[in-house]
Amino acid sequence: MNILETHHIVKQYAQHRALDDVSLNVPRGCIFGLLGPNGAGKTSLIRIINQITGPDEGDVLFLGERLKPDHIRRIGYLPEERGLYKKMKVGEQLLYLAQLKGLSEKQAMEKLKVWFIKFDIKTWWNKNVEDLSKGMQQKIQFVATVLHEPDLIILDEPFSGFDPINANLIKDEILELKQKGSTIIFSTHRMESVEELCDHIALINRSKKILDGPKLTIKEQFKTHTYHVDYQGTIDGLPEQFTLLDSKTTEDGFTRTNIRIPAEAQVNDLIRLLLDRVMVRSFGENIPSMNDIFIKAVGEVPTT
Amino acid sequence: MNTIFLVLKREYLVRVRKKSFIIMTILGPLLSFGFYAMMIFLAVSSVDEKKIEVIDASGMFKGKIPSTETYKFSYPEVAFADAKKNFLDSKYDVLAYIPADIMKNPKGIQLYAEKGVSYEIKSEIEKAVEREIENIKLTQAGITRKVLEEAKVSVDSDTISLNEEGEKESSTGAATAVGGICAFVLYITMMIYGTQVMRSITEEKTNRIVEVIISSIKPFQLMLGKILGVAMVGLTQFLLWILLTVGLFTIAPGIMEKRAEVAASVSTQVTPDGTSAKGGKKATVVQADNPVTKVMKAVGTLNLPLIIGCFLFYYLGGYLLYSALFGAIGAAVDNEADTQQFVFPIMLPIIFSFGIAQFVLRDPDGGLAFWASMIPFTSPIVMMVRVPLGVPVWELALSMVLLVLGFIGTIWLASRIYRVGILMYGKKPTFKEMSKWLFYKG
Repeated sequence: MNILETHHIVKQYAQHRALDDVSLNVPRGCIFGLLGPNGAGKTSLIRIINQITGPDEGDVLFLGERLKPDHIRRIGYLPEERGLYKKMKVGEQLLYLAQLKGLSEKQAMEKLKVWFIKFDIKTWWNKNVEDLSKGMQQKIQFVATVLHEPDLIILDEPFSGFDPINANLIKDEILELKQKGSTIIFSTHRMESVEELCDHIALINRSKKILDGPKLTIKEQFKTHTYHVDYQGTIDGLPEQFTLLDSKTTEDGFTRTNIRIPAEAQVNDLIRLLLDRVMVRSFGENIPSMNDIFIKAVGEVPTT
Repeated sequence: MNTIFLVLKREYLVRVRKKSFIIMTILGPLLSFGFYAMMIFLAVSSVDEKKIEVIDASGMFKGKIPSTETYKFSYPEVAFADAKKNFLDSKYDVLAYIPADIMKNPKGIQLYAEKGVSYEIKSEIEKAVEREIENIKLTQAGITRKVLEEAKVSVDSDTISLNEEGEKESSTGAATAVGGICAFVLYITMMIYGTQVMRSITEEKTNRIVEVIISSIKPFQLMLGKILGVAMVGLTQFLLWILLTVGLFTIAPGIMEKRAEVAASVSTQVTPDGTSAKGGKKATVVQADNPVTKVMKAVGTLNLPLIIGCFLFYYLGGYLLYSALFGAIGAAVDNEADTQQFVFPIMLPIIFSFGIAQFVLRDPDGGLAFWASMIPFTSPIVMMVRVPLGVPVWELALSMVLLVLGFIGTIWLASRIYRVGILMYGKKPTFKEMSKWLFYKG
């Protein structure tokens, strides 16, 4: 079942169409990567899902129902531009934000206790937000996003502003939330975290969805059917169907050559042929990274 | 509804807990009272005694110009030429010369001083001389001094408002003063609290917290919660001020009466030949003239519950009307510096209505007063000037209904601009763009 579906969303601003016929399906319980270059329309889409703005055309379905105000309580949103009341105490602020999401003060208090122990931030309760470092504020904001245990969590660039240790902490939290059954929509430019975390992706470019599906399927789609081999010696007289691509010498004195084989050929045949000719150190398929896919699909380098 | 209340509560508590709020609420009135007291004190105490030497060539005015606390007149028997020559070395501050033919040539008085003569001294002397000439001429015409004394009547009219409820003693002075004060307080508070709403909305936008909040609640709920929260802060402040003033006024007359008694006993002592009954009579006279008692009595003739009720209503109405507009500006811009150009057109009607209020004080039932107290943009201040003086019920009711419609209108308008504005960053919008936002969909 899809937790979220968008059907033919169009969002038009005065001079500019932010979203053009965008349809997406987000399966329940996955981590869904929403990718795209700056200004592609990701934030517009996220705002529509959060009911901050409405689409000009198209529908959004949440668990099969048309999006309605009640659904807000089942969604948690961490915007890219973080913000908290600077002069408000951490504890009070989190209680306030949780109550806006419909928790009672008591419920919020209980849940907060768990998080404060988990993150070991008990001493922060009575501190003003402005007295915390940026990374600490980010943690607070993360807690605020997930405190009401939403079914759908939308994280816009969740790792920006975190040092590697805290980024890892947040990553583990995200995986744990997924384990507990939450669905996470994850908007980012950082392809390495997409590679690591996402099950599904959708790529938006210039207001249009240009790609979506399970990560593995997409990788399959973008496969170039090339293999690389590290060896010593020279490869001569391979059958025509195997095309030798570029070669280069590695630092430790081996040669790395990329070889393309046609879809109908067997990899085993190539390996056998190679073993007869050179001393092989390693052999492997060139699987496209998310970065490669992004560049290929969008035609430009992702900016972080 | 619940979420509006949550926002309201936060906005209220954040402000009321601030030290500046407590200080302003308690010290504000005390400071302004103290400031006035100090000014009066300085004005009274800083005036030095001036010695004035009168050379009276006519011989008619000796001892006739009454000395006051600040002006001491003396009449040395010296020739004018000598006095003028010795003036700089003498103990006198001013030298006044009254020529012999003063009766025929009343313009002949000459005043000398080292640095120039203040207007007050000049008029004091002129008045005294005029009075004396008048007396002399009247006496010459056969009217005795006694008749003159009796003919001098001090006129002070009692104004009585006549309406369906019958005669009621009213105090125009007190009503005008109370109206003026109400208008002034409304003027100040609409400005202060209006800009407070604006600043706080801009701050939320700059902080980027707004996106987190409006992913939980509707922009309209956030805006309304904030506006109402600040309104409650204002009400709290007024309530404390009213309590404080009532407190001051209940304590103050006690102190004043005590002082009046002291004054009375002093006055009995200075009249050694007077009987004790005379002294007692004097004491009551002093008490009745005591300014605080007088003010209290005058204020007591006003319909205070109506005035306070109307004041709170017009405060809320005017505040809601303007703070919504201020809020829309706050949402439209990115930072406080950009608000300047938009704020002026909104402040203009507030300033304008305070200006109208000055005219209305003089002519509370004229056409300007009527229309200005109907139009919601000016009615809070202008109507509050008229209320203490008495306004027909239908006018008051109509003005209130129009004000309610007015603030519902501006809140609607503001919420349309607000919901678009808080998500717009970058370029400073123009009024034209903002008017387009009104018609944006969802």
